[in-house]
Amino acid sequence: MKIQVTCFATLARYSPQGGVLEVNPGATPQDVLDLLAIPGNEVKIVFVNGQNSGRDVLLQENDRVGIFPAIGGG
Amino acid sequence: MARLLRINTRTKKVTEDTLAGDYAGLGGRGLTSRIVRKEVPPTCHPLSAANKLIVAPGLLTGTTAANTGRLSVGGKSPLTGTIKESNAGGTFSQKLARLDIMGLVLEDKPDPDAAFQVIFISKNGVQLTEVPEISGLGTYDASTKLFEKFGSKVGIMVIGPAGENSRLASSIQFTDPKGNPSRAAGRGGLGALMGSKKIKAIVIDSQDAKAPEVADKEAFKAAAKRWAEILVSHPVTGQGLPSYGTSILINIINEAGTLPTKNFRDGRFDKAADISGEKMVELINQRKGVAKEGCHAGCVIQCSQKYCDENGQYLTSGFEYETVWAFGSNLLISNMDHIAHLDRLCDDLGLDTIETGTTVAMAMEAGVIPWGDGLAAIDLLKRIYDPKDYLGAIIGNGTAFTAEAFGVDRVPVVKKQSLPAYDPRAAKGVGVTYATTPMGADHTAGYAICQNILKVGGDIDPLGKQGNVEVSKNLQIATAAVDATGFCLFVAFAVLDTDDALDTIAKLISSRFGISFTADDIGKTGIEILKDEYSFNRDAGFTKAHDQLPDFFIQEELPPHKVKWDFTVDELQKAKVEI
Ligand code: SF4
Repeated sequence: MKIQVTCFATLARYSPQGGVLEVNPGATPQDVLDLLAIPGNEVKIVFVNGQNSGRDVLLQENDRVGIFPAIGGG
Repeated sequence: MARLLRINTRTKKVTEDTLAGDYAGLGGRGLTSRIVRKEVPPTCHPLSAANKLIVAPGLLTGTTAANTGRLSVGGKSPLTGTIKESNAGGTFSQKLARLDIMGLVLEDKPDPDAAFQVIFISKNGVQLTEVPEISGLGTYDASTKLFEKFGSKVGIMVIGPAGENSRLASSIQFTDPKGNPSRAAGRGGLGALMGSKKIKAIVIDSQDAKAPEVADKEAFKAAAKRWAEILVSHPVTGQGLPSYGTSILINIINEAGTLPTKNFRDGRFDKAADISGEKMVELINQRKGVAKEGCHAGCVIQCSQKYCDENGQYLTSGFEYETVWAFGSNLLISNMDHIAHLDRLCDDLGLDTIETGTTVAMAMEAGVIPWGDGLAAIDLLKRIYDPKDYLGAIIGNGTAFTAEAFGVDRVPVVKKQSLPAYDPRAAKGVGVTYATTPMGADHTAGYAICQNILKVGGDIDPLGKQGNVEVSKNLQIATAAVDATGFCLFVAFAVLDTDDALDTIAKLISSRFGISFTADDIGKTGIEILKDEYSFNRDAGFTKAHDQLPDFFIQEELPPHKVKWDFTVDELQKAKVEI
């Protein structure tokens, strides 16, 4: 199945081509990190459909995944 | 001994006290709010002689501890009618501290036709002079001329045409280490208060002044070393903020569905990537700007920058997330250069960027200019230079005033101060802060975005109610204390995640003054400040009915999460420290 994945800030270089990634049904955000070879300790926040998510939830077709390092500002 | 200088702006008399009695041991927001509480009649007109403008460095300002050079500016707000503390960077605060001036109070007011004055403060004393050639000038030209006159080493606090004409959205600008007046005490219209006292600028020269000594040098040095380590080793203050500036937030706040778009109609902006921190850094690097700068010496976080235009010419600095939002997604403008020009215009006119961005949204609601038209927004702001331009006069008076002038009913304000860059429906912790802080809508007063979105200092669901009142209350207390120290608020990212951070801060304060100050005292300091502020507001006529968000947040669902604002009046009161 296809999901949308964007990596931000220092992780931007790991974003998949065109922002779309093909994963197996039953894949989790952790599988996405592994597939894209993103070092887990550089990741602070994973959003699935705009909500903070664990790395072990089941992804659905067309889910929107955002991957961020530690970020602050304001 | 810590000095408190009072300048009567009508008689030009200067008096000097030491900080004693009710004011002993206070700094920053602790001192400004206490003086307002004790000396300003809560029901006075904010532009009347009875109001006072107070400037105070923090308790640790002027020391070698990192990120301690911030300044508190206080008074009764012309915009909100509440008590106000507005916090600014720039070089001014450390120079005051070097002269051992813990507070500067502007009192009374001259006749309406009196000429504007410039106050010059050095180790030799205080002088008031007329510098007629800077009257009516923008802050950039005015500060250039003041540096020529007083020397390049001075620090400058200056208002622009907006403040001179007492516009309610006006800021007070401060020069940064490069001499650009790009750091602002933006919120609450304090520029209008300074303008009402007919003070165009305060210039401070601390050369050859002997900085006050730290009481216990060894202990201070050790604590300052640990303090710098805490800041540098945290991923946000050590890497995230220095690399991308505060606009690094655009993408994550957009992903979280809480980036207010088209005057709070949507939580996502389809062109967010064009105005992101990543994009800003790309443009800065292409144009040979500087991606990372401090707003004062001793800042190790360095979230500021030098942003150049298409031709590589300096355009602006201190170009922050809130500004990019206010003129960007809020107005559907996606051209970073247009947004940077609007930031520059605000700094030069002496206007709060947040308030002015939401004000332009009111003009767009009313059809005065089209949505998304950056060039039209630039032309609109330029009209504020002309004191006789009626449209400029309306726009310069902020969001609530402009909405009234044009009959707009979608007005994102609390106590007449505009909401900043997070939609309260999908970031409920900061929504509680907007509603209940004594300042009018303000994110910095209790930045629950940390726990709601950034997962710093905890993890609280931004879409539900649970935990959001408590977190806002605790943050409001902690923030008031931070604002008393002179620390930049961004130290909070590291403090919230580091076990010995509060102890380290307490050690800095203890060894600076030779007193025993503990981590518990930090919270007590914050509570005392909030009590002064809430009681002032109560006596000024504010009730729990004023601690609310506008109706449309309750009635309309925010996409994409389809959430509404759903706190009751009484639930919100629990976020306030009891007076
Ligand atoms: S982090 Fe930014 S706002 Fe804070 S002191 Fe440094 S430059 Fe100024």
